[in-house]
Amino acid sequence: MASEKAIKQKARLSNSNLLFLIASVIFVLMYLFAIISYPGSFLQFQTFFDLFNLNAPLIIMTFGLCIVMIGGGIDISIGSVCGLVTMACAVYLEKRSGSIAGAILLSMGIGILFGILHGYLIAYLEIQPFIITLSGLFLAQGLLTTLHKNPLNVTMPAFVNLRDFNIVITWLGTRNRLGVFIPCQIKPGTIIVAVLLVIFASLMKWSRFGRNVYAVGGNSHSAMMLGINVKRTKFITYVISGLTAGIAGFVYIMTTGAGNIGNAAGAEMKAIASAIMGGTLLNGGVGNLLGAPIGTLTLLVINELIRAAGVQSNFQAIVSGLLLYLFIILQSIIMSLRDRKRFTVALPPWLHLSGKGQA
Amino acid sequence: MRKLMKNVSHLVLPISVMVLLIIINLVKGADYFTITMINGALYGNIPNILFGASELVILSIGMTLVTAASRGQDISIGESATISSAVFVWFVLRSGEATPVTIIVGFLLSCVVGLGLGAFNGILVSIFKVQPMVASLILFTGGRSIAFMIDGKLSPILANDISNRIGTVIPGIPIQTPVILTVVFIALFAVLLKTTTLRLYVETVGINPNAARLNGINPKKVIFLTFLIMGFCSAVAGFIAVNKAGRHDSVNLLKNIMMDAILAVAIGGNSLGGGTFSITGSIIGAYTIEMLNRTLLRLEIEPAMIKVFKAIFIVILMVVASPVVRDFIKKVLDRNRTRKEE
Repeated sequence: MASEKAIKQKARLSNSNLLFLIASVIFVLMYLFAIISYPGSFLQFQTFFDLFNLNAPLIIMTFGLCIVMIGGGIDISIGSVCGLVTMACAVYLEKRSGSIAGAILLSMGIGILFGILHGYLIAYLEIQPFIITLSGLFLAQGLLTTLHKNPLNVTMPAFVNLRDFNIVITWLGTRNRLGVFIPCQIKPGTIIVAVLLVIFASLMKWSRFGRNVYAVGGNSHSAMMLGINVKRTKFITYVISGLTAGIAGFVYIMTTGAGNIGNAAGAEMKAIASAIMGGTLLNGGVGNLLGAPIGTLTLLVINELIRAAGVQSNFQAIVSGLLLYLFIILQSIIMSLRDRKRFTVALPPWLHLSGKGQA
Repeated sequence: MRKLMKNVSHLVLPISVMVLLIIINLVKGADYFTITMINGALYGNIPNILFGASELVILSIGMTLVTAASRGQDISIGESATISSAVFVWFVLRSGEATPVTIIVGFLLSCVVGLGLGAFNGILVSIFKVQPMVASLILFTGGRSIAFMIDGKLSPILANDISNRIGTVIPGIPIQTPVILTVVFIALFAVLLKTTTLRLYVETVGINPNAARLNGINPKKVIFLTFLIMGFCSAVAGFIAVNKAGRHDSVNLLKNIMMDAILAVAIGGNSLGGGTFSITGSIIGAYTIEMLNRTLLRLEIEPAMIKVFKAIFIVILMVVASPVVRDFIKKVLDRNRTRKEE
């Protein structure tokens, strides 16, 4: 009985794991291809770390988006909220001469406020998430332009120190450059990414809340029948998404050091693309938090590859669109092949049950 | 009477919003409805709204069908409009002198391109079972670059008499040409929906694809068809937009219009989760959005704040229309009624 249970659980979760596996295999293949074609740049560890250093905000936003998407919703306001947070922090630090701790609190506060607003309207008033987060996008953009119109550089000494702060890994530098001693550098944003990854992945994997999110995303009606508080679960997913957008905003200004209207513009679409590449489905109920950074990195490696190949910038968008196309088709084919196999095989009763439960 | 109420009930929201906006405008200045004749054409607040919303109306019609059948949204409509209109501009500029024939052939060519782009999304959604938003994300990413490559340079100018007339007015007719084109388009669509089984099929597929399949309707075909229609709609919208502007700006043409189109569908009382749909609601919703934009401008709100007001307005609107609030109001009304009866 116990073994039967274990198998059942494995079969149920495997949809998420399969997509995650595909995503990671493709990422590894992509990176190997990059190393083979451009060994000079991609073989260095610093290149790998720079992917994190420069794009930490996007990865952090993708975490929140993934959780919302697994819960069956969508949040397209994250890019604008992130932009608003950068500007708010810049104004707070530069004009009000605030402290860094205050800025962190401010950014998280703005994010959580937006999250609560979205979550309440979507979960408790049952309004379509797309419309509400779209108006959240408008709201954040409007507030951003109202707050300050011109680029604002933060010159506060304590903040500049934080901005230029790098963690140097001496042993990695020596081991890889074979004599040439240039140690690898990691920005604090990367550490935040790693910490958040551990927190969110374990939250979704092992906590009661995480399992509730999967249940609600898979089928909210049966989740309700099972006694899960669907509304509260949805509400919390949006709050988490807002919180990650706020943190991403602070990490953004920590890397660039300036508030600007164009900050993180269009990041929501990038985040959606990377969440999908990481194996999260828009329908909800399927996804793996570990896939979020993998998806983002795949997208970034594609961009880096195109840039390294020296293609005209117009082709860049087209090629990344094409690769997205290939990826989506591949995912769809693998999923349908898998379904068909399950359909034709004469099923023992326990496997049959799990297949039904998957739906 | 009750049947009529049932038919109209989903239009209550958009129409009441429209009335509210008109009242706000009248409070701001009583001259809201004045229409003046300039160079033999009608100008004023209402004609301007009809003129400005023409592309949005056409796109929201297509979006309604896509939403109803595939339970998702196409976010690449602005991009497909840009690509198809780029082909139109390319053809007209290439053929040298612009005659009615070249314009019409160019328009037909752009329609073919639009249908092709619709088919691209449609195949992904219907055969490969990708969610619509994901499928159209591809075109959304690369679309504007393709349009730029067709153009070959930044914003080629479309300076000829005919396209100028299509974009503004034909001498002798007091109504702007885009408005006429929109009306013709709506009429064509009304005929299509009245004479064919399209509405029935789309609604059936949207409510339950499996049930539709068991009843002999092929959901794949229906979904593919709605995406083809969406492609055609975006080609027409691109045609109107490029003639209005007089140049093809591949970066900014109809940028972010998918947000407004989806909003129009939602304001029109349609569920974004598919199923029964109302084209009339979407059309009124599209005009409402244009009216809202122009009202905010008319109230002389600071440009930076316009988006904030728009967001607040949408949120209030959706809260009023939300199922929870609606149920609550119904309950209160029922209670009052029973009390009276006692």
